[in-house]
Amino acid sequence: MSKQKLLLVDTLCSTYKIDVSFINELRGVGLLKVKTIEQSEYIHIDVLSDLEKMIRLHQDLNVNIEGIDVIFNLLQKVESLQNELTSVKNRLCLYEN
Amino acid sequence: MKFIDYYKILGINKSATEKEIKKAYRKLARKYHPDVNPNDKEAEKKFKEINEANEVLSNPENRKKYDQYGKDWKHAEEFEKAKQQQQEQQQYQRQYSGSHFSESDFSDYFESMFGKQTSSRGSRQQMKFKGQDYNAELVLQLRDVYKSHKQIVTVNGKNIRLTIPAGIENGQVIKIKGKGGAGRNGGPNGDLYIRFVINNNTDFKREGSTLYKTVEIDLYTAVLGGTITTATFDGKVKLKIAAGTQNGAKVKLKGKGFPVYKKKDQFGDLIITYTVRIPTHLSAKEKELFKELQKLR
Repeated sequence: MSKQKLLLVDTLCSTYKIDVSFINELRGVGLLKVKTIEQSEYIHIDVLSDLEKMIRLHQDLNVNIEGIDVIFNLLQKVESLQNELTSVKNRLCLYEN
Repeated sequence: MKFIDYYKILGINKSATEKEIKKAYRKLARKYHPDVNPNDKEAEKKFKEINEANEVLSNPENRKKYDQYGKDWKHAEEFEKAKQQQQEQQQYQRQYSGSHFSESDFSDYFESMFGKQTSSRGSRQQMKFKGQDYNAELVLQLRDVYKSHKQIVTVNGKNIRLTIPAGIENGQVIKIKGKGGAGRNGGPNGDLYIRFVINNNTDFKREGSTLYKTVEIDLYTAVLGGTITTATFDGKVKLKIAAGTQNGAKVKLKGKGFPVYKKKDQFGDLIITYTVRIPTHLSAKEKELFKELQKLR
């Protein structure tokens, strides 16, 4: 796989001033996928905004890993319900007027 | 400009200790933080207020000034001058601005009293952060999204050339990577989220790629059968009406519906519902003939 869209975990840890154990814990609960290439660990750039959100929840709000897991699950549910609501609203248009 | 009661915002009294302020702030921040309230403008507004209150009350110097001048904020200028030099030397990073709102989001009241300073919490200064994500709404007509097209939209003063894919849904949100606010300290740009509002002023109703249309046919065509011409989304078609077509009967025109989102050359179906128009204001002759028909049945 091309490394172009991958971010080195060590670099992320120093950039965001987080301990590598935080990344490992996120990986442990399935919140973050880490790829190992030639003994170096990377995350995909697409999950960077999620990782930043997890860092903010942890550092700004003192939420622990389990809490972040719960929040992310609930946010996914909220998003899916919002999509469902949009779709129901669109269907409702069929019966209006 | 209105006085802002920061104690009230945090739900604490004037004698609150630093620990109590922190506790109250954290409790409210957990409730209103933009990360746990996505796309909620009210929560974002509330969070800004809480953040601002915390900026003032968690900093002993700011709190002293606020307590001293509070409602008479206009007289705080002398106090401000004395501290100005010190403040100018400090470059602070705002804690929560990274992905949710800009640094100018303090109230006018705050800025008149404390200047355009930013957060005093320096624990994350120099951290690279992705820029602010922007949210925008684009209103289009149903006909506009029948075909993919390019459109230039202006977001925060920047022109962005977009390809709007055919078949996009009302309420659908698309992400334009890197078109949000600039990253901080070398971080990547934020993203632009565009929510589409698709107005439908056509004769068609839409559900995904399926279109629905009601077509009136006269009684005689319904009874005896015949041919009618009706408009689909991309032109007129001739339809054969079977003899004995009932009111409410439906026919499906395959591939005459709306484009399937991001599936090139794939179209949904058009469902046509016939409504039979019953003649009114019958002449004496017509009435007579109908009665004859009735007798025959």
